Amino acid sequence: MLRRPKFLIAGVDKNLLVKDAAKLLPDPARRRFLAGGASLGALTLLTGCNVIDESSAETFLAQISKFNDAVQHAIFNANTLAPTFPDSAITKPFPFNAYYSVDDAPEIDGKDWALEVSGLVDNKKSWKLEELYALPQEKQVTRHICVEGWSAIGSWTGTPLRDFLKRIGADTRANYVWFRCAEGYTSPLDMKTALHPQTQMTFKFGDEILPKAYGYPMKIRVPTKLGFKNPKYVIAMEVTNDYKGGYWENQGYNSFSGS
Amino acid sequence: MSSVATGDVGVVSPGSSIGQLIHPAWVRVCHWTNAFAMVLMIMSGWQIYNASPLFDFVFPSAITLGGWLGGALLWHFAAMWLLMVNGLVYVTLGLVTGRFRRKLTPITPAGVVADAKAALAGRLAHDDLSTYNSVQKLLYAGIIVVAIVVVLSGLSIWKPVQLHWLTAVFGGYDVARYVHFTAMASIVAFVIVHVAMSLLVPKSLRTMITGR
Repeated sequence: MLRRPKFLIAGVDKNLLVKDAAKLLPDPARRRFLAGGASLGALTLLTGCNVIDESSAETFLAQISKFNDAVQHAIFNANTLAPTFPDSAITKPFPFNAYYSVDDAPEIDGKDWALEVSGLVDNKKSWKLEELYALPQEKQVTRHICVEGWSAIGSWTGTPLRDFLKRIGADTRANYVWFRCAEGYTSPLDMKTALHPQTQMTFKFGDEILPKAYGYPMKIRVPTKLGFKNPKYVIAMEVTNDYKGGYWENQGYNSFSGS
Repeated sequence: MSSVATGDVGVVSPGSSIGQLIHPAWVRVCHWTNAFAMVLMIMSGWQIYNASPLFDFVFPSAITLGGWLGGALLWHFAAMWLLMVNGLVYVTLGLVTGRFRRKLTPITPAGVVADAKAALAGRLAHDDLSTYNSVQKLLYAGIIVVAIVVVLSGLSIWKPVQLHWLTAVFGGYDVARYVHFTAMASIVAFVIVHVAMSLLVPKSLRTMITGR
C-alpha cells in the first residue's frame, strides 16, 4: 500500500499521467524509499547488524502511520481554529504547487463543470458553478503548510463545507468525504475535519475568482491539514464509510496529516 | 565541583572505583535506546529537510534515511514515539532518583572556566568516572535542555494548529523550523564531541555498557 498504485484511474489522460509520474519520481531512490540502498546501508553499519528487513519495515511503518492517524484523530479539536492573519501577511506571489507544472494543470470551462455528489447523502443532484456561487460565503486568511515544510499565507473565500454537507443531507456520522479531481487526483477527508468551521469549498483566492493555478473552479481549503489534503480542480465528492485512499496517501504520506 | 563520588542507587562497594556501579541499568538502557532513536530521527530529519531546504545545502542521500520525503516522514513519525517515551522515562527517573542533582549540579561559571582550561591543556583527569567535571556537567545538563527544545519545536511544526500556542512560543511556524534545525545541529555537535571523548577514554564507553 506504500507504493504507487498500479491501476489507472478512469478518465485520466494517460499522457498526462506518464508526465506526472516522470516528474514525481526524478530520483530512482524514491521508488524504493525504504530500501534507500546507501542510507539503509549506513544504518546497518551504525547498528552493526541488518536490523531492517525491507518489507517487514514497510509493514511496520505503515502500521505506525495508521496508529498516528488514530492519535491525530483523537487529539483533533473541532473547536481549535487555525490562526488567521491580516491581508498584509498574504504571501505574494502565492506559490503554485502540484506534482505537475502549472501548464499541465487542468483547463476547466466553468460553464460545463458541475460538482458531482454521491454516497451517503439525501440529495445527489449535481451542482453547477453559479448555484455554488450563490451559497453564503466566508473569507479566511490562513497559513498553507506543505508536507515538504514550506508555508505560505493565502486568502480563500468560499462556503463552509459543513454548511454544504448539511444542505445536501449528508450523513455526518460517516467516516469520510472523498474528493475526486479533474486530473485524477483523489484525497479522503475525515468527517471530523470536514465539519471543522474553517474547512471550506473555495471559489476565490484574494477576492478574485480562483485562477487556474489555485484550482479553478473549486478547491477544498482545509487549514487544519497539510497542503496535499487541500484538493484543487475538484469535480466530485462522495460521503462514505470506506477508506478509498488518495493520490499521495497511497504512496505513503500519512493519511490524517493534520496540522 | 564535588570531589567525592557519592555513588548511585545500588552502589556495591563504596570507596572503590573498581566494581562500583556507575551507571545503573535504567541509565544504560535509556542511553542506548536514545542513541538508536536519535540516529533514526536525525537521518530521516535530514531527508525531510532536503524536501524544502532552509539553507543553501542539502544532505547527501548516503547519510539520510527513507529514500524520499514520504519514506522519511514515516520513519520520523515512528521513531519519535521511541524518542519521546524513552526521553520521558529518562528525565523522570533522573529527577526522581536524584541522579541529575547528584551528577549534574552544582555548575559554577568559575568551575566551568577552570575545567575548560584544564581540558584544553590536556590536564583534565578522567580517573573517576563516577564524577563529572564542570564541563561535562554543563554539556550533559545542556543537552537535556536542547533535547527538550528539539522535541517541543518538533511538536510545534507537526501541530501548528492544534498546538498553535506552542508554535507561537517558538516564534511561529517558519521560525520554529529554524529552531528545530538549530537544536538538531547542536545535538550533532554534542554527539561528535561525546563520541570522540568516549574513544579517547575507552573505559567510559565500557562503563556505559556494563555499568561498571
